Amino acid sequence: MNERILMKGNEAIAEAAIMAGCRQFFGYPITPQNQIPEYMSKRMPQVGGTFLQSESEVAAINMVYGAAAAGGRVMTSSSSPGISLKQEGISYIVGAELPAVIVNIVRGGPGLGGIQPAQCDYYQATRGGGHGDYRMVVLAPSTVQEAVELTQEAFDIADYYRNPVMLLGDGMIGQMMEPVTMKPIEKRELPEKTWAATGWDGKSRPRAILNSLFIDPAVLEQHNLKLQAKYAAMEKDEVRVEIDCPEDSEYIVVAYGTMARIASKAISMARAEGMKIGMVRPITLWPFPSQALKNCVTDKVKHVMTVELAAGQMLDDVRLSIGNNVPTSCYSRLGGMVPTSREIYEQFMKLGKGGNE
Amino acid sequence: MDEQLIIAGFGGQGVQLMGQLLAKSGMKEGKNVSFLPSYGPEMRGGTTNCNVVIADDPIASPIVGEATCAMVLNLPSLIKFEDSVIPGGALIVNSSLCTQEVKRNDIKVISIPANDVALELGNIRVVNMIMLGAYLELTHSVKVETVLECLKENFGPKKQHLVAINEKAIAAGASYVK
Amino acid sequence: MAIVYQKPKALTDKPFHYCPGCTHGIIHRLVAECIDELGIQDRTIGVAPVGCAVFAYDYFNVDMLEAAHGRAPACATGVKRVNPNNIVFTYQGDGDLASIGCAEIVHAANRGENITVIFVNNAIYGMTGGQMAPTTLVGQVTTTSPYGRDPMSAGYPIRISEMLSQLEGPALVERVSVHDVKNVVNAKRAIKKAFQNQIDGKGFSLVEVLSTCPTNWGKTPQEALKWLQENMIPQYPLGVFKDKEAK
Repeated sequence: MNERILMKGNEAIAEAAIMAGCRQFFGYPITPQNQIPEYMSKRMPQVGGTFLQSESEVAAINMVYGAAAAGGRVMTSSSSPGISLKQEGISYIVGAELPAVIVNIVRGGPGLGGIQPAQCDYYQATRGGGHGDYRMVVLAPSTVQEAVELTQEAFDIADYYRNPVMLLGDGMIGQMMEPVTMKPIEKRELPEKTWAATGWDGKSRPRAILNSLFIDPAVLEQHNLKLQAKYAAMEKDEVRVEIDCPEDSEYIVVAYGTMARIASKAISMARAEGMKIGMVRPITLWPFPSQALKNCVTDKVKHVMTVELAAGQMLDDVRLSIGNNVPTSCYSRLGGMVPTSREIYEQFMKLGKGGNE
Repeated sequence: MDEQLIIAGFGGQGVQLMGQLLAKSGMKEGKNVSFLPSYGPEMRGGTTNCNVVIADDPIASPIVGEATCAMVLNLPSLIKFEDSVIPGGALIVNSSLCTQEVKRNDIKVISIPANDVALELGNIRVVNMIMLGAYLELTHSVKVETVLECLKENFGPKKQHLVAINEKAIAAGASYVK
Repeated sequence: MAIVYQKPKALTDKPFHYCPGCTHGIIHRLVAECIDELGIQDRTIGVAPVGCAVFAYDYFNVDMLEAAHGRAPACATGVKRVNPNNIVFTYQGDGDLASIGCAEIVHAANRGENITVIFVNNAIYGMTGGQMAPTTLVGQVTTTSPYGRDPMSAGYPIRISEMLSQLEGPALVERVSVHDVKNVVNAKRAIKKAFQNQIDGKGFSLVEVLSTCPTNWGKTPQEALKWLQENMIPQYPLGVFKDKEAK
């Protein structure tokens, strides 16, 4: 199917999930992601799947746990406050080594916050989010088309590692409409779900126990080491990044998701003024493209700036990647305020003046 | 082409539909498009707006900060977005509801008493199509036929009889552009 | 030689960790016997709670999930929706089901989710060391109600079966006890019916089983059985609170 159709980001994510074989969706209404459950409620019955509007986000994520344990391809979606409620369940899903896809269409916080686009859940998403020592791959699309691709990827990555994957968007990517082509991604070899609780006949496989409780600390340490080995493998194999960084770049901008596309226009404007400026766009926020960024920071680079709808959360990862030899800063807008390309361009120009003096 | 559009009005005036029709028409004509609605409580009853970009090149930002054209369907929208139009750009005003004068003199202003025209046509709900008709006549960024084709798809089989009055409304709006 | 008594196939060989005199063991056995007798071991999925029965996955010889505290009905919903042919049951205590998991049980019941819930009510938090439960009796001394449960500040014991029976969704809500042989036999009948209902696609079935906690009640096993009969049953009367079939 190569036809271009105009779709809202949220609906495109939902359709891409169905295309990826997702047949169970559990969710609870919250703005600005409501089109995902709404779309699922319409589509799931058509494909013989389950849509269930749960009594809470807490229940939804635990339904995800159950469905994943039974071997289903399952997804839930929410926005920031709802994702906080899901953290307990996400931690258990990790502990029991279950695959699931969690969509967070981020809005401004803290607390009830607002409903406009934000990137303020970066720490929560990239550091695991719930209790315990864990990570999950966090995919951050910057276009609706990319959301279609990454949603499908998310299911494969989750199944491959038996670990939840988060798709992190914001209100803008969720609400905007763009032409998309609903084309399937290249399938990866996935292991059979022999561990799933589907009913045990006593012989063909060991009894399935999907569990995150390991009361013996020595056993729990081994379990943690197994998880850490998976995270090491993800760091090695799952980094995704887009680089637009000419070799003579003196300034580097790091931005992701919708901010990356707004910043990219600012970069075009700055380049037109002769500024030597490049951009690194992490597509996976975890694992962070540390090496790719480091490679871009040649000795010509005078400054690295993140552009975030958060108060420099990603800046921490930039510093962890490149150290403190190059000055860094963050241009941020908070609480659901989104800068225009011109506002970002003006920040670049200030930087240029400072750097050339 | 790089059309950067702001469309704004009261919730219920069909602002979002205008934006979606333009984006879908642009897509059908092979252009790059994006449609970004305002969302949340303001959708109900209050003011609502959307940003539409129709361009030959891939679209970087879906946010329109500097509009090549703004269509304002009520007074709060005029006040809010008058300054967002770039010099030399266009402002299409629903003068039935915008009792205030446009201050800018570096842009092209098209005033249409769209509510009155709509009532003359016999359906107050076509205000948005009158405004859209003026925009299409002014810029020819997408063809009227393509917009009508999208409108037909949008209406579905039960509402096809409404296409005719919408077509008339587009023509009526176009007549205000000289 | 004829075998007259043996361990059900639906129980593993792992010895129970339950305290002496605790009736969890009896209830486990009843559930396992029902699974055996209904011939559903190879398609049954159990969901263990957080509480004394947290290790139930070690005991029930079927595919098992360990759920977060109170969330077993949500997990069971997830399992059931993926494979409706599986027989899915939760095994939950009073802290798990009647306190932290109140929303999940109410909504699973209200949806008429076709699962079986075994709700073990012993009026106390056993695993964490005898704290007050939502089902703790008025005046009952626990480690967090050292002067006895005072309804003025801690509210009244919550009657889950009565509450859930008000909903349209459930097919069966029944309260039983295991404090003597007659009641154990009756409890098994109820549990079996709750599983049979699921097999027949009749929908949500919950059996509340009054149970003892000699350790945290500070009683001998014998005293505990007597205390259950004399104190819990007046507060939690036995019987069928809802049975769609009986209409």
